[in-house]
Amino acid sequence: MLSLYRPGTSALHRLPVGVKLVVLLLSGIGLFFVTNPFVLGGFLLVVVGLWSLARVPLVELLRQLRPLALVLALLGVAQVLLLGWVSALVVLLRLIALILLATLVTMTSRTDDMISALERAASPLRVFGLRPHRIAFVLSLTLRFIPLIKEKADEIRTAQRARGVERSSLALLLPLLVKVLRMADHIAEALDARGLDDARDR
Amino acid sequence: MFLFEDVEHGYDERRVLHGISVELTERRIAVIGANGSGKSTFARLLNGLQVPTSGRVLVDGLDTRSEGRAVRRKVGFVFQDPDVQIVMPTVAEDVAFGLKHRGLSKKDTAARVVEVLAEHGLSELAERPAHLLSGGEKQRLAIASVLALEPECVVFDEPTTMLDLRNKRRTTRVIAELPHQVVVVSHDLDLLSDFDRVLVFDEGRIVEDAPPARAIPAYLDLMAPC
Repeated sequence: MLSLYRPGTSALHRLPVGVKLVVLLLSGIGLFFVTNPFVLGGFLLVVVGLWSLARVPLVELLRQLRPLALVLALLGVAQVLLLGWVSALVVLLRLIALILLATLVTMTSRTDDMISALERAASPLRVFGLRPHRIAFVLSLTLRFIPLIKEKADEIRTAQRARGVERSSLALLLPLLVKVLRMADHIAEALDARGLDDARDR
Repeated sequence: MFLFEDVEHGYDERRVLHGISVELTERRIAVIGANGSGKSTFARLLNGLQVPTSGRVLVDGLDTRSEGRAVRRKVGFVFQDPDVQIVMPTVAEDVAFGLKHRGLSKKDTAARVVEVLAEHGLSELAERPAHLLSGGEKQRLAIASVLALEPECVVFDEPTTMLDLRNKRRTTRVIAELPHQVVVVSHDLDLLSDFDRVLVFDEGRIVEDAPPARAIPAYLDLMAPC
């Protein structure tokens, strides 16, 4: 969801984000009731077909799966050992199909469209006193600051390497925590200065 | 427009500002001083981000202690590090952020965003994720987002400290061309050479208050290594 979005004008790009999210949600639930590997395989093919419909090169598809390869492999091995081949195949097909479908949704939807769709979806929660635009706001803030936190972590790591400390997670976490907390203070200040305390809520 | 009356400010035991009484009406005002001299705190008192421990700060007659929100509408604030000031994931959304919270309709917000982006040469970056901008672009976005809200006065906290020479000059020009009243906290003496008034801070007090021709030499004197 961070920088996956690829601008485009394909049918999938033009499809309302709400529709895409509902399809994703229903597929996510639905696939867990399917245990036939052929049906799952067919579904995976459909998803791959959708990728080409969105005009995303298929190389990109493999690139998205690569970081997950280890997890998928471990999961596969565990399934084979514990439950057998068929079950392993079913689990892996299901997971890969869903990951690819979810990635596709993010690739073809602009973040703020996605956030407005979630804001609309959350509007019934108003009954319980929740404010949907606040939920949306928290999501946006998260998207904004994850890359920044990663940047800070890289800075600390570089500084430590310069002083001869190679990977040490404790030595990374503590200064990162301090930095992030200080950043949070500054962000809160900036939000005040930019009028978050202004209207709408009151 | 700004009036400080016997302002003292401290954090816990530590006093950072002592007996500040000053009226700021000039169009271009600079605040200079060593690290830890209290100038950053002074800047934050201008728009009620902090309220004084004692004394009061009035902006057009509004007390920052009780009318903080109204004051912040009048006084925009550009922070030193644009990274903490940019709060939305993409450029256009960040400009829209403050407008939305002003209660502007979706349509009006979108129109204003297009206008502001064009004014600041950011149009082609509208959809760019904020974390992929260069330092100079981030600074431009931070300034654009503040000006989008049409404040009457803008406070800049060390606006050029993190920039390279080209962006420093660009920011200097942008500030010079603003029709607003401007208060700049800075170490960058080039930036403020043609300002109307310079306040020099030292250990929480204003030790010089004069046009740049007199204040800058006083500051250099103060900073001379002993």
